[in-house]
Amino acid sequence: MNKVSKSPWLLHYDASSCNGCDIEVLDCLTPKYDIERFGIINTGDPFQADILLITGGVNSQTERVVKQLYSQMPEPKVVVAVGICACTGGIFKECYNIKGGIDTVIPVDVYVPGCAARPESIIDGVMKALKVLDEKQKAMKEDRR
Amino acid sequence: MNVCFVIAYLLFAPLLGGLLDGTDRIISARMQRRKGPSILQPFYDLGKLFSKELIAVNNVQFLLNLSYLVILMIAGALLFFGADLLMTLFILSTADMFLIMAASSDSSPYANMGASREMLQMMAYEPLTLLIAVGFYLAEGSFQVSDIIDAPVSAILWMPGLFVGFMYTAAIKLRKSPFDLSTSHHAHQEMVKGITTEMSGPALAIMNIAEYYELVLLLGIFSLFFINSTWWSWIVAIIACGLVFFAETLWDNVSARVKWKSLLYSCWIVTLVAGGVNILILMLIK
Repeated sequence: MNKVSKSPWLLHYDASSCNGCDIEVLDCLTPKYDIERFGIINTGDPFQADILLITGGVNSQTERVVKQLYSQMPEPKVVVAVGICACTGGIFKECYNIKGGIDTVIPVDVYVPGCAARPESIIDGVMKALKVLDEKQKAMKEDRR
Repeated sequence: MNVCFVIAYLLFAPLLGGLLDGTDRIISARMQRRKGPSILQPFYDLGKLFSKELIAVNNVQFLLNLSYLVILMIAGALLFFGADLLMTLFILSTADMFLIMAASSDSSPYANMGASREMLQMMAYEPLTLLIAVGFYLAEGSFQVSDIIDAPVSAILWMPGLFVGFMYTAAIKLRKSPFDLSTSHHAHQEMVKGITTEMSGPALAIMNIAEYYELVLLLGIFSLFFINSTWWSWIVAIIACGLVFFAETLWDNVSARVKWKSLLYSCWIVTLVAGGVNILILMLIK
């Protein structure tokens, strides 16, 4: 009953993506993939989110935002990097303004590769993130004791 | 007998409200050709929210949220006890004021905007809500709920206009499109989550439970239109409540959010035409 993985709410942020991965993320909400069947809600509010889904590599302008969104989310929380840019920086890695993957700024739990990442692999990544989320919740409960 | 109703309301309203919310989400999903979540999803959500960390933006918000819940419970308890309908409606508005205060107590511009829109919504639905109380008084000669449900004929026969008007404005209370201006059940709107933007974990869970109490309270008022002294009118009332709930879900899915002016004007026009004319006719024939 108390398992956070039964109702994971998702916050999607575009760090510097070309919108390819973003469209695939939104594709997960459509009737064909329908992630709401897992109880997932795409919320816009970091205060209510459990999973932070980030597309695109971090640049000097979005670094601040990514850090703030992460700090505003209540524990337990997980971060999923969607697309190769979010994982490593991708083809933009050497650009003067790109810092690299999301893990250069905040800790990332699940990496979903692909350019653009396919909806199937995004859903798969989110399901993997749910297991991490449950472990984190368990660890949180043991800490309280 | 009345005390049993009150205890049943206080204990089972969140359960019934949660199940109705789950049904709503499944029906909405099927209307959009999706599979949708489990019917127990609202309870999973509540369980999760209570287990999350509470990020308190200030000391008073949680207390105000709790007041919203408690005052709604009082309003519902009065209705199910068979007490004064007018009093129930007044306390219902008071509860909403606490929600507005909870939202405006924090510094988020989205929450503040949600709070001001919530006040606007109150302006839109309050006149009709009061007319309903007046309508019941004219039709049945009493504001007491226990007298209204003991009437020889159902109130719907006297006040069909007010019933239609109440269905129209109930979409505001149930936070359904096209009137979900202050906050929405659905993802992504122009001001994040509006009134609930700064509510996290347990605070949001309390707000959700309060909404379930409110949903059952509103369905209770809907059933007042149908219940009379015969036993079968209770069955009719339950079926009617189900139909009303389905109609609101359907309306939620086929309409887009309106601007605040359309909300205010359309609600007042409906109040004036459906409610006002109905009251005038009632005054003439009663």
